[in-house]
Amino acid sequence: MKILVCISHVPDTTSKINFTDNDAEFDKNGVQFVINPYDEFCLTRAMWFKEKQGATVTVVNVGGAETEPTLRKALAIGADDAIRINVAATDGFLVAKELAAVVKAGSYDLVLAGKESADYNGQMVPGMLASLVDYNFVNGCVDLEVEDTNVSAKREIDGGNETVSTSLPLVIGGQKGIVEEKDLRIPNMRGIMMARKKPMQVLEGSGAAAATNSISFEKLAPKGAVKLVAADNLDALIDLLHNEAKVI
Amino acid sequence: MSVLVFADSTDGKFKKTSFEAVSYGKKVAEQLASNLVVLTINASDASELYKYGAEKVVAVSNDALLTFNAKEYAAVIVQVAQKENATVVVVDSSINSLYVSPLVAVSLDAGYASNTVSAPSSINPFTVKRKAFSNKAFSNTVISSEYKVIGLAKNSFGIHENPVSGVLESFDVQVAASGVKSEKVERVSGKVTIADADTVVSAGRGMKGPENWGMIEELADVLGAATACSKPVSDLGWRPHGEHVGQTGKPVASNLYIAIGISGAIQHLAGINASKVKVVINTDPEAPFFKAADYGVVGDAFEVIPSLIEKLKAFKEA
Repeated sequence: MKILVCISHVPDTTSKINFTDNDAEFDKNGVQFVINPYDEFCLTRAMWFKEKQGATVTVVNVGGAETEPTLRKALAIGADDAIRINVAATDGFLVAKELAAVVKAGSYDLVLAGKESADYNGQMVPGMLASLVDYNFVNGCVDLEVEDTNVSAKREIDGGNETVSTSLPLVIGGQKGIVEEKDLRIPNMRGIMMARKKPMQVLEGSGAAAATNSISFEKLAPKGAVKLVAADNLDALIDLLHNEAKVI
Repeated sequence: MSVLVFADSTDGKFKKTSFEAVSYGKKVAEQLASNLVVLTINASDASELYKYGAEKVVAVSNDALLTFNAKEYAAVIVQVAQKENATVVVVDSSINSLYVSPLVAVSLDAGYASNTVSAPSSINPFTVKRKAFSNKAFSNTVISSEYKVIGLAKNSFGIHENPVSGVLESFDVQVAASGVKSEKVERVSGKVTIADADTVVSAGRGMKGPENWGMIEELADVLGAATACSKPVSDLGWRPHGEHVGQTGKPVASNLYIAIGISGAIQHLAGINASKVKVVINTDPEAPFFKAADYGVVGDAFEVIPSLIEKLKAFKEA
């Protein structure tokens, strides 16, 4: 089985979010970048398939050279090789089109991508990619089993889960549950050393056009101070929620 | 030219987010001086949507579409969009809508703006405001393609009544076979889901153990709320993963969010700060959640919650 895991390079979840250039650009100053947490769940599942079922695992990212340390981290976790598509990831549709070219050229059987990225949270790339390459698609996947080309997957729905059957080739939009948090891997020294020698292919983009463009950012409106209510005066809380906030 | 809204339904019934999407579609149609068309699939009473400005409802009834299937639903939306000459398609942000809309966007070759929180600030260029950076900021996004798909964030635009005498048209669709088949649906029945809830009662490690969740559930019952939990609580297995809210869990955009014994890590706040009103109950007055909340009680949950339940019951009966 040939597996492709799509990796987004995103600010660490604890990052302070600031903007520069008249709020037109995200301020990367002092920001630690990591593998998108949703992609990390997918990568870990891919490693399981590699170890238990003999799959090969390629990781791919759409982005500039600054994203290579994130791909190297994925290699250190155990992926076999990496592809970087040298295009700025400005729009989900553009990213999906660039990935589609790689998926077609590599004839991957299974493509795993986090259902969203922790920066733009677009939740568009996996579905668009599946459509563009005409693969089966399961989104919000919390459990994935593959046997030959038969697939059983579970996806999250409002208030529960749905089990679906499908087959390879397949695109998965994954999330926590596809592996558990405790199964996530931290690269060890041997992995980091080996990652340096693993192939990293850089491809120029196909020239796909963006369909959307972020022109400016806004921070959240500053928040007023919390109104404290004494623990022995909960009637006051009920009164505030009823008369002031009008939510009960 | 028209604006098409897909009004999602579950077991034939619309959700509030469907009414919100129709309200939003009405606004966009006005801005574009075009018509609003609303698509329903197996809804029991599509005329409910007239109240929110749906001048024309295209009702699809088809037994092959009784169970949601993203590829099949996308094909239906695309057929109706083409028939109605729709240049803008609006969907809500339910789990199913998020599954289907990227497929619709590719079929229509449309730019797709998910997590949209407001009506277009300009229609030329077509500019909408979207949530970004896990609810820590907004992005003003231009959709430059001729066709556009907008995913409306829950509880952002609001439900606006705008009664019209609408027309209902039934429409037969071709349902193409999908390579993904539903085998089993497991859903807790009779419980408010986090996605649908107006109020969410959420608890963290401050509850000390799963055996103490009775009072959380009782508080949720009194408020008609969904229950949720912080990440450590689901990681410890005290509560099911489906209840985990926060950055890598479920997003919450309820009217009222009550956090009990949750310190308020940045990842947790990112997932819940789209909620309108936040209440924190915590023993530690230095907990970061107090900086993010509207109302706070410094106190021991084991004393505050039972007392709050009693007082809310009295309030509800009054």
